[in-house]
Parts: sequence; structure tokens; C-alpha cells
Amino acid sequence: MSAAIDSHDHEEEDLPAWSLPAEAVDRIRVPVALPEQVTREWAWGGSTGAGVRVCILDSGVELDHPLVGHVDRSVAVQRNEEGELEVLDDEAGDLCGHGTACAGVVRSLAPDVELTSVRVLGAGYKGGGEILLRGLEWAVEQEFQVVNMSLSTTRTKYVDRLHVLADRAYFKRVLLVASAHNMPVESFPWRFASVISVGSHEEADGLTFYYNPTPPVEFFGRGLDLDVAWLDGGTLRCTGNSFATPHIAGICALILGKHPNLTPFQLKSVLYQTASNAKEAA
Amino acid sequence: MSDLEAAVAAGVIGAEDAHRALLQATVEVARAIFGAKAASVFLLDEETEELVFEAVAGEGEGELIGMRFPAGTGIAGWVLTTRQPLIVDDLSADTRWSRTAAESTGYVPKSMMAVPLLAEERVLGVLNVLDRPEESRVRLSEVDLLGLFANQAAIALDLLQRARLARAALAGEGRLGPLARVAARLEGDDHEAAFDLLRALERLLRETD
Repeated sequence: MSAAIDSHDHEEEDLPAWSLPAEAVDRIRVPVALPEQVTREWAWGGSTGAGVRVCILDSGVELDHPLVGHVDRSVAVQRNEEGELEVLDDEAGDLCGHGTACAGVVRSLAPDVELTSVRVLGAGYKGGGEILLRGLEWAVEQEFQVVNMSLSTTRTKYVDRLHVLADRAYFKRVLLVASAHNMPVESFPWRFASVISVGSHEEADGLTFYYNPTPPVEFFGRGLDLDVAWLDGGTLRCTGNSFATPHIAGICALILGKHPNLTPFQLKSVLYQTASNAKEAA
Repeated sequence: MSDLEAAVAAGVIGAEDAHRALLQATVEVARAIFGAKAASVFLLDEETEELVFEAVAGEGEGELIGMRFPAGTGIAGWVLTTRQPLIVDDLSADTRWSRTAAESTGYVPKSMMAVPLLAEERVLGVLNVLDRPEESRVRLSEVDLLGLFANQAAIALDLLQRARLARAALAGEGRLGPLARVAARLEGDDHEAAFDLLRALERLLRETD
């Protein structure tokens, strides 16, 4: 069966939002097809992530790090003199290394993606929730295909707004790939069904990933003992879900490079079917 | 001091010692289980935005209690910001680490595990485990174990803080001071009007919750 799923384009003419007139049915024909067997070859064989816009929502990304390469745009969420949050172009790079690490992991799997950095971490340990929300809102507005979020908030006062943003992203085909917390605590947005949530496995292969049949964490990526990109062109040995997440984000970018019109729910199904613990994955 | 005040004070002061002992026991067990050179707990002082050594086992034990650092810096600052545990095998390569702060404690570690102490939505402090044996590779199960210790330390720290608040209230400091003084005045007879007022206040608080 052919990869007919790729031929689906957004409808140019708007349909009524809440109902479907009989004469409009022909206008919304969508390809049924996932192929009978979704293989990794079908999913991302030959893809380099070219044409896919990936956003790293983190501490910034160091410019021209050898493991990251070109960063197309860097912005930072900052408070102006009136105390309002603004998204401004930024040349400060990465304040601590964490965002550079995530960018490097994505690049290692999907070498030709376009990277954008949104800095929301690093301005001290207080007030991070509003900055995170503003950065995420901006990323959704910009319609990146993949947003890597190796961070979360434990503050329930942000949950409703995060939920609305995550759902908005889902319907705009902005794929949020979000780290599960490394401790058994409630935090967000990874707990939402509209995002792709990621924990860690202990194996050393970046393309090994598992579907978890008992969510809320839905996928496990490589997250143990990684030499990741860090500041000043260097590397650092790291462990944690923060680094498992960009592995799954990178794989998503590969899939979207080959099948750019997949919706988030289709993409999640492709991940499910190509997971290392899915029977026919190889 | 009234009988009531004395009774509450005895409970609070005893509790503070017990909670401190629980916190100390937690860092001692954490150090032993991980085979580490030291383990410690920082309390976050929200008023001054500083981290304060509350309990230390191993290197620095008995010397560092009460020592303070700015809360936003170093590995602990990162852990507070992200509310996530962090394991660093080579601190000298990690730009988040503050060598100056480490040197001021008299012991400069090579590696560190740090984990936030969370009580529901609040972050109370940080648990640190310094210099595990170099040959032992980190496994994800150790991150889980660290989280379990953090839970225990967070409970002890929460209780310790509550006991201190109660003590401050009894001494007339802080916002609860008036409540403690009112309680002390309610000893004896002839306070029916005051009790009526208290019951009314209780109803009011219940309605506005």
C-alpha cells in the first residue's frame, strides 16, 4: 500500500466549525491509509528531518556548538520595564547548558532540521511558570512542527492555561514532546493526553524507544549516561528524562520530515507501531 | 506562662528536636546506602532567598549547620528552578556548579546527586549526596531511590518548619503571635464572650474558605 497519507493537505476553504453539511463530505476526504504494516523504514527511512521546524523550549542554545550546528533563530522571554513578558530576539545563547544538550540530541538524530531556541529557563528559581507559559504560547503561535519541552511545572495554578495551550497545539499540528518528572510527583504538561510524554530507558541506542502500555508516561527514550553538548563547545555526561525527551523529539522530526502532514494523533500511532517493544517494529 | 502555653511549648520544643533528629537520620542513611562521602539537606529560606545547611552526614558534619548560600546559584539553584533531581558525575565540567561555594564549605566534591524536597506544590529545600564511589555507574533505579529519600527528608523538613513556626508563635513573633497570646488569656473562667467570638470567627473562616 502506498503512503497515501502524505497527500493530505489542509482544506483551503473553511468548513463550519461544529457541523458537517452533506454536500461538504466530498471536500474532507482524507486518506485512510496507514500502510498495513507501519515499519521504521516506512516511517522515517531516508529522512534527515529536512524541512521540519523544531523548537527547543529551554535555557537557550549555544550558537555554533559543534554538536548543534546552525541555530536558525534564538529568542528569550523577558520582563520589560512595565513587568510584562515579551518574546525578544536574543544573542545570549545558553545560560547553563541544558538547552544546548537538548538541541544536540535532536541534531544527532535529525541532522537537517531547522532549530529555534526559546529561552524560558535560567532567570532564577522564582516566577518560572509565567515565563514558561509565554514561551510555549509563542511556540504554538509560530506553528513549529515539534516543540521539545524538557521541563515541567509542579504548580497547579498553571494547569488550566497549560492545558488550553497543549490542546491548541494539538489541533494546530504542533507536536509537544514533554519530559516526565524524574520523581513520582505531579507536574505538567507531560501528564496531558494531547502531548507526547517521555521517560528514560537504560539502553545506549538513541533509536531504541518503548511505548508504555501503562501511561501517563507514554514513551521511554534514551536517558542514561549520555555525553551531551554543553557550554563552550564541550560535552557533559548526563542522565535524566530531560535527555530522553529530545531523542523522541528527534525521531518525531524524522517521521515528519518524510510525512509532513501527519496529525499529532497519527504520529503517536506511528510511534506506537514502530516502538522497540512493538512486535513487528524492525 | 500559663499551663496551656507551657503544655503546647513542651510539645513544640520536643517536636523540633525529634524532627531535627529524623532529618539527620535521613541524611545518614542516604550517605550509607549510596556509599557516599557526604550527604546533606539545604532548607530554602524564602524570606532571604538563601539555602541553609540543616543536616549534614559525613564530610563537614557538625560544622556546616546554619551556613548560607544564595538560593539561585549552583547545582542546588538549578534543582530549585527545575524542581528536578540532577546527577553530575564530573562537577568540574558542569557550568552550573559553583566551585567557590563548595570551597567555602571546606570540602570540594567531584560528583553530586541533588534532588528537590517537595511538599505538594512547595519546594522546601534540596537533598545532596556527594561523591559516590567512582566505579559505581548510575542506574535509573538509583534516581528512584534518591527520590524516596527526598520524600522522607521533605516530610522531616516540613515538620521541622512547622515546629519552628509554632515556637515563634508562642514567643509572640510572626503572624500567629496574637493567636497564641489569645489562647494563653483564655485560661480560667469568665471568658464565655471571648469563646463566643472565637466560634463566630471559626464560622466566618469556614464560610470564606
